[in-house]
Amino acid sequence: MIHVIAFYLFAVMTVASAAITILSRNPVHSVLWLILAFFNAAGLMVLTGAEFIAMLLVIVYVGAVAVLFLFVVMMLDIDFAELRAGFVRYFPLGALVALVLLAEMVLGIGAYRVGSIQLGTPDGTAAVAEGVSNTAAIGALLYSRYLFLFEAAGIILLVAMIGAIVLTHRQRNDTRGQKISKQNARRPEEATVNVKPEVGKGVTL
Amino acid sequence: MIGVEHYVVVSSILFVLGVLGIFLNRKNVIVLLMAIELILLAVNINLVAFSAFLGDLTGQIFAMFVLTVAAGEAAVGLAILVIYFRGRGSIAVDDVNRMKG
Repeated sequence: MIHVIAFYLFAVMTVASAAITILSRNPVHSVLWLILAFFNAAGLMVLTGAEFIAMLLVIVYVGAVAVLFLFVVMMLDIDFAELRAGFVRYFPLGALVALVLLAEMVLGIGAYRVGSIQLGTPDGTAAVAEGVSNTAAIGALLYSRYLFLFEAAGIILLVAMIGAIVLTHRQRNDTRGQKISKQNARRPEEATVNVKPEVGKGVTL
Repeated sequence: MIGVEHYVVVSSILFVLGVLGIFLNRKNVIVLLMAIELILLAVNINLVAFSAFLGDLTGQIFAMFVLTVAAGEAAVGLAILVIYFRGRGSIAVDDVNRMKG
C-alpha cells in the first residue's frame, strides 16, 4: 500500500514540476523546478530498487547539471520578457504535437496491456544475483563486462570538459596578471638599497 | 500493484512534456536545453523501470551512460551558449543566422 502511495506521489510530483519547468516565466524558477523533477524521478527509481542510478541522478543532475544551468542563467544578462514574446504564437502548434505524441503513446501502452506481449526473458548474463545489493551488482558488471564502455564514458566526459574549457576560456588584455619570470629574475641586491642619509639632506636614488 | 506500465506512462508523459517545452520555448535556449534534459530523464526512467522489472542490470548500466552523455551535452551546450551571448548579447534562437548556411 505504501508502495502505491509513494509511486503516485513521486509520479505526480515529477510530472507537475516538469510541466512548471517548461511553462515558467522566469528561467531561474525553471531550474529550481527541474531540480524538484530530478529528485522525484530519483524517488521513482528507488521504488524500483535501482538505488545506485537514483543516487547518481541526484549527484550528477542536481549537483552538477542543474547548478551549471543556474550559473549560466544568473551570469547572462538577458531580457527574458522579450524572449517569451513568441510563447502564445507557438502554443497551438506545440500543444498539437504534444497531443499527437501522447495519443500515440497511450495507444501503444493500451496495445501493450491488452495484447499478450511478454517482457521477454533476459539472457542471464546480467541477472540480478540474490543477496547482492544493487550497487555491488552494478559495480561487478561495470568493471568486468562493460569495462571498455565505462572507459569510453570517461573519455566522453574528458572531451566534454576540455571542450567547455577551450570554448569559454579567453585571454584578456585589460587585466594585470602575474609575471612569474620577472618575479623569479629579481635579486635582493637590485631590489632594495640600504642608505644612511644625513638629517635634512634627503636621498638620491 | 505498480507494474512496469505505470512507469512507462510516467516516462511517456515526461517525454511529451519535454517535446512540448522545445516547441513552446523556441526563443529561449536555456529552457530548451532544460527540455532536452527532461527528455533524457524520461528515457532514463524507462530504461531503469524495464531493467528492474526484467531482473536484468543492463538497462541500468545503459541509463548510466545516458547520464554521462547528458552531463557532457549540458556542459558543452552551455559553453556554446556563453560564447554566443558574449559575441551577440542575446540568446534568441531566431538570431542564430550568423553563418548564413
